[in-house]
Amino acid sequence: MNATELEKAAGQEAPARTRKRQADTGVQPIVRYEHVSKSFGDLEVLHDINLDIAPGEKVAMIGPSGSGKTTLGRMLMTLEEPSGGMITVDGEPLWHMKSKGRLVKANEAHLHRMRGNIGMVFQHFNLFPHMSVLRNVTIGPRKVLGISAEEAHERAVTMLGKVGLGDKLDVYPSMLSGGQKQRVAIARALVMNPKIMVFDEVTSALDPELVGEVLEVIKEIAREGEMAMMLITHEMDFARDVADRVIFGAEGHIVEQGPPEQIFENPQSERLQSFLSRFRLS
Amino acid sequence: MWNWEYAWSILPDLIAALKTTFWATFGGFIFAAIGGLILAMLGRSPIWIVRAVNRLIIEFIRNTPLLVQLFFLYFYILPTMFPTAPTALVSGIIGLGIHYSTYMSEVYRSGIDAVPKGQWEAAKALNFSRTKTWSTIILPQALPPTLPVMGNYLIVIFKETPLLSAITLVEVLTTAKNAISISYRPFEAYTLVGVLFLIISYVFSVLVRMMEIRLNREQSASSGTDSSSKPQSGGKGRLDKEVKQQA
Ligand SMILES: Nc1ncnc2c1ncn2[C@@H]1O[C@H](COP(=O)(O)OP(=O)(O)OP(=O)(O)O)[C@@H](O)[C@H]1O
Ligand SMILES: [Mg+2]
Repeated sequence: MNATELEKAAGQEAPARTRKRQADTGVQPIVRYEHVSKSFGDLEVLHDINLDIAPGEKVAMIGPSGSGKTTLGRMLMTLEEPSGGMITVDGEPLWHMKSKGRLVKANEAHLHRMRGNIGMVFQHFNLFPHMSVLRNVTIGPRKVLGISAEEAHERAVTMLGKVGLGDKLDVYPSMLSGGQKQRVAIARALVMNPKIMVFDEVTSALDPELVGEVLEVIKEIAREGEMAMMLITHEMDFARDVADRVIFGAEGHIVEQGPPEQIFENPQSERLQSFLSRFRLS
Repeated sequence: MWNWEYAWSILPDLIAALKTTFWATFGGFIFAAIGGLILAMLGRSPIWIVRAVNRLIIEFIRNTPLLVQLFFLYFYILPTMFPTAPTALVSGIIGLGIHYSTYMSEVYRSGIDAVPKGQWEAAKALNFSRTKTWSTIILPQALPPTLPVMGNYLIVIFKETPLLSAITLVEVLTTAKNAISISYRPFEAYTLVGVLFLIISYVFSVLVRMMEIRLNREQSASSGTDSSSKPQSGGKGRLDKEVKQQA
């Protein structure tokens, strides 16, 4: 018990450090995948994944379509259950819990508690269409965190201001552009104060001219630091700008990882080289 | 043939008996609306046994005649369950309610199915509990499109209430039969019963139709081009077909 508290205290220092966090040792990772695999029916789509994400670290996940990036993020958000291995969040197993000294499958109460650390922004926004923009953002703090109406309102207004939507509070999602919707979705997730947030191709459903505004908002959040981010993306320039570390996955394996400079300037594996060259062409 | 004087003379009694018919209709409807919602939500339970039992109950009730269910409820089940046997009206309300809750659950189910999967996932990502996911995210989106179909069921239940004469409830049909047993003039009495049902059903259906039009207008106004919600386009058409076909 004491040891984990110490580790947690150590973890809290991490935001002060910047960049190149993957080299850190001795800091408890905010997320750890250990031998994680995932099958859909007979098809194993992720094989023996091992991955640590440090507190506050920004990790970009790139790779061809179908390589398993979304599945990796969805398992962290508890939307998909791993078929094998273990995911640990902030030192505690996500999909397992201790019962009579043994690790057993987590129950809903455990998952609920763990989910408080995790947030996610989706490709298709998934805003609540029956609620105004403001209510989309206050509903989580109100119903889940149990915060007072005034404070939730204040937080939401601040957050919506941050994503540049301070003038859209009473508008319904259907009246917004895709870029605006996605910024509301980002505010909605941020206001819950997660320690790690998954961004799953958050610009790929947008018209090209709207991609920039969303990426800008994410860059701004990344600069602020404290929250770790798993950025699943096909935007290579964005990955290079924002990420502390880039992970290249293919066919359910992590093929190569490293700082953005290394991944983009000096790719080692043939797979990554061909992926990047194909990417620049298209 | 048709005797106006006689028809007029029994009309007040028939209209008075409508009061009982209305009680049975609305009571049965509210019971069915609540019961149907519970069945629909149980049908979404993460526990497969709950889903299986739920399915079994629904199939059993749907595939046995309402009349038989009413008999069993009124003459056996309810009297053994309660120290003082419920009245024919209460038994009728329970019988209609149970029977139609299985149909209403299907209506709710299609409303719930029409809510995109992304809404459940967004609720989970925000760490909503199951209860709060239902009450704040899913049902507020699933229920409004079902209202017109619910309204149609109100009419269906209304038209089924004469069955309750079989469990001794003195509603319109029983009142007509009583009049006939004295006068031996079935023509006027049954015609009047038919006309009364026709008028009331027609008024109801106009109301439902108006509600439907209003809802459609509201829905197309609020859903716009929202790709995040994929609103129930086509969903409603599907709902309409769910109304039990009455023979
Ligand atoms: N619910 C599911 N049922 C069955 N197979 C699935 C399911 N979800 C994903 N898959 C399969 O798992 C593999 C990995 O999918 P995933 O969506 O994680 O890839 P991705 O890297 O995110 O791809 P993309 O870049 O196209 O988003 C694919 O082969 C996909 O078809
Ligand atoms: Mg994906």
